Amino acid sequence: MKTTYMNPYLAGFFLGLVLLATIFITGRGLGASGAIKDVVVATVDEIAPSHAENSPFFGTYVGPGKDNPLKAWLVFELAGVLIGGFISGLVSDRLKFVTESGPRVSPRRRWLFATIGGALFAIGAQFTRGCTSGAALSGMAVLSTAGFIAMMAIFGSGYAFAYFARKLWL
Amino acid sequence: MGPFVPDIISDQLNLVVALILGTGFGFVLEQAGFSSSRRLAGVFYGYDFTVLRVFFTAAVTAMSGVLLLGYLGLLDTDIIFVNPTWLIPAIVGGVIMGLGFILGGYCPGTSVCAAAIGKVDAMFFVGGGLLGVFLFGEFYPLYNVFFESTFLGPIKVFDSLGISQGLFAFLLIAIAVGAFAATTQIERRVDKYSAPSLAFNTRNHIAAGIGVLALGVLFVFLPDRKTHLISMVSDPQYIASHPVDAMEVDELAFRIVDHEPNIRIIDVRPSEEFAKLALPGSINAAPRDLFGKDWISIMSQRHVKKVVMGENENQERVSYLLLQELGYENLTILRGGYESFDKTILNPSAFIPTGSRWDSDVKGFREKAHTDILKMIADSKNKGAAQPKKIKKIQGGC
Repeated sequence: MKTTYMNPYLAGFFLGLVLLATIFITGRGLGASGAIKDVVVATVDEIAPSHAENSPFFGTYVGPGKDNPLKAWLVFELAGVLIGGFISGLVSDRLKFVTESGPRVSPRRRWLFATIGGALFAIGAQFTRGCTSGAALSGMAVLSTAGFIAMMAIFGSGYAFAYFARKLWL
Repeated sequence: MGPFVPDIISDQLNLVVALILGTGFGFVLEQAGFSSSRRLAGVFYGYDFTVLRVFFTAAVTAMSGVLLLGYLGLLDTDIIFVNPTWLIPAIVGGVIMGLGFILGGYCPGTSVCAAAIGKVDAMFFVGGGLLGVFLFGEFYPLYNVFFESTFLGPIKVFDSLGISQGLFAFLLIAIAVGAFAATTQIERRVDKYSAPSLAFNTRNHIAAGIGVLALGVLFVFLPDRKTHLISMVSDPQYIASHPVDAMEVDELAFRIVDHEPNIRIIDVRPSEEFAKLALPGSINAAPRDLFGKDWISIMSQRHVKKVVMGENENQERVSYLLLQELGYENLTILRGGYESFDKTILNPSAFIPTGSRWDSDVKGFREKAHTDILKMIADSKNKGAAQPKKIKKIQGGC
């Protein structure tokens, strides 16, 4: 049983091949935030259908004649990510319920910031039309300007804010 | 020729494909160590540059593959999804995401992957993501105008920078290799004892870096296949040395009037001209369109004569030779081009007798063809003439 990670360049090469296979077979790239959006849209539609249909944002995805938002390419792809991540954790003996955080951060504080971070990331991904996978990585692979802007904005901003968040990680 | 969606792989099967590709995606992310928020955050503090290494290598690998497959004609890069740019929203969104990254320690894809192996903080991140989209949707009217602003379409980065595709690919590769070397030095300085890069075999990594740079140099000299073929067949010398079949205007007019089923007029004039006046049963195509898969069914019928009609013969020859280069047969140009067809049939100038004994027959035929064809054009306009299938671009994105 091995618990060390793969050489990052080799992992990057394989990740690139998965993305290339995706573009070659389906003509589109990988993504993640889009599937999270689909799940939210489906949930809102399930709980409050009329609210969803009347909403200027959710309403564009639901309504008569539209497929269930969960029957989307990215939802199936992200379900695969869950399966693939689990298989990898299984073969590398990394399956364990654990909270990972910086040395000076309590689990509860870590959960709070993870939630805030997740919310911000998802909100940002709406404006950029994708996250690190859907906009930056997949966008760069097809040489779209949007992909490079997303990459530079995400990492540039991360470095700009890193100083203020240093107590979370160092 | 890729992509296989939607004509070879149906929408239903595509979902199965998504599940399989996603499994590969998740597996590689986890193996790379992207299921660890400490590792992901390390890129911003210099103690672990795994994110940069994996991310840039993946981007360069996929980009190189797309360029090579496109060059070999195995992938139609004109129809694959290119993320459109909404300039200012994209920057603002990226800044918000960067903040989310440094606070949360994950991005959406990696959080799902980490949640899969039991990382509780990742589960909170995913929950936060769901909450974030919900809030975004609820408050959408506050920024819907901004959300749709500065739309620039699916622009390409090398066009934005005003350089060639190959040169950009080389520069990206050079920047990636340079960043790999520099960050390895930084990482070893920040953490002298447990930097991940201490485990690297230096000689192998340098060799790989040189190999990748060589690939980058190749891209500078590797033209885009479509551009290359079009410029080849547009070269006057190439045109002069490649004879073409030509059909006379009267013959084409006769075949149109006769409703001859085995001809197909490929109108290569600009689409504005085509919109003004289209001959019955003709299809409009710019040279670049002719590479598309949609044309295979039309162009590969050998018993159908493909009449390439342009504004002039030179324009016709370029498309004719391109089609020939793509392997299509039974082609012909129209003698004198549309200009001559227009002057002879559609808006005839006074008939000039040639002294042949058929002169009166020809004159009579042209008058009849004039009325018939104009009527056919008017009819097909009323019916909403069968326009060519516009090339379907694949939809994607988040």
